[in-house]
Amino acid sequence: MKKKLATVWLGGCSGCHMSLLDIDERILEVVKLADIVKCPIVDGKEFPPVDIALVEGSVTSDEHLQELLHIREVSKVLIALGDCAVTANVTGMRNYLKKEDVLDHAYVKAVSNDQQGKMPGHPALLKLRDKVLPLQEVVHVDYAIPGCPPPADTIFYVLAELLNDRIPNLEQERKLKYG
Amino acid sequence: MAKIPLTIDGKPLEVDTGKTILEVCKENNIEILTMCHFEGIGDVGACRLCLVEIEGTTKLLPACTTKVAANQVIKTNTEKLKKYQKITTELFFAERNHICAVCVADGNCELQDLGYKVGMDHVRFPYLFPKAEVDTSHPSYVMDHNRCIMCTRCVRVCSEVEGAHNWGVKNRGVEVRIISDFDTPWGDSTTCTSCSKCVNVCPTGALWPKATVQGQLVKNPKMVSELVAKRKMNL
Repeated sequence: MKKKLATVWLGGCSGCHMSLLDIDERILEVVKLADIVKCPIVDGKEFPPVDIALVEGSVTSDEHLQELLHIREVSKVLIALGDCAVTANVTGMRNYLKKEDVLDHAYVKAVSNDQQGKMPGHPALLKLRDKVLPLQEVVHVDYAIPGCPPPADTIFYVLAELLNDRIPNLEQERKLKYG
Repeated sequence: MAKIPLTIDGKPLEVDTGKTILEVCKENNIEILTMCHFEGIGDVGACRLCLVEIEGTTKLLPACTTKVAANQVIKTNTEKLKKYQKITTELFFAERNHICAVCVADGNCELQDLGYKVGMDHVRFPYLFPKAEVDTSHPSYVMDHNRCIMCTRCVRVCSEVEGAHNWGVKNRGVEVRIISDFDTPWGDSTTCTSCSKCVNVCPTGALWPKATVQGQLVKNPKMVSELVAKRKMNL
């Protein structure tokens, strides 16, 4: 039976998804073995139960936290995709500053704001957490693919192994890469 | 020099007395992971990566500062040692803010290479995200404490090879930091000769020449080892 695959990006830049698209025509091999039932460019429906979840980005907000806990619950295998998911990376660079100061610098004090800047406060906006966390500090992560972004070949290797019921081993395959 | 017998990884060897286990392993092509060790400067056993097992003691001992002794039975590649090497590597990454994506040393970094070598795909410990300063006061070089792993190669090369004694260490534990002179900005140093030896021996992107962009750092660490060797030859 075909497996179910879904992808999501939390606190990330979408670069890992760009790298995923860089597997080019090999995506046809992936869809032979799996249905891609959700990804960020499809629609806004709830993350469905899947065999494999590829999660890009870190946990930076209350919304990410809820989403990640939900994904963990409905996914058999959860893969942390990219440095933000694995280490917090650039998104974690605000962790040694105060959240309020960071927001202030971005929305009020930034030179480009011409002293007209205001702190956004719409209730529909997600609420930033004090600290940005990599996925494994929140939920159990089955596989981690570090890299900013991880090379397309590495992403395809991991998917191909899992879809063929094998266990990927980045160390053995010399496919580890940070940054 | 007198020879003594010992065994490393089941291999019987005759080695010179007075040498360290690390030196003997290097001579016999036995690979030992190191980080604070640097050819040409003194060893301090700071990084704990070169730990080996020696029969008769339950303690793991650093190969770089432990001298060989007759009839030692040494093991360098047990599962126990590999486990600790991985933990040590992960703790390096968890202790400061190592963000390869924005680092000058990305792709040319001994810490990255170490991570690949021990097979670290993620860090199992909580990241500390400490507040660490970036000292840009020196006209030519930058000291970024976010990327420092406290190997103290810079401190030792500055005192032992250059003789300037600019670098030192303050505090302990997670508060430990490299300091210039009496914890003053590097640019104000009256001892630094701007020789760049510290920059060249630094294993990460903690010390780097200004005007270097992400992933473009080039270092010449061999320069220091060769300098020391040439001085010994009295050329």
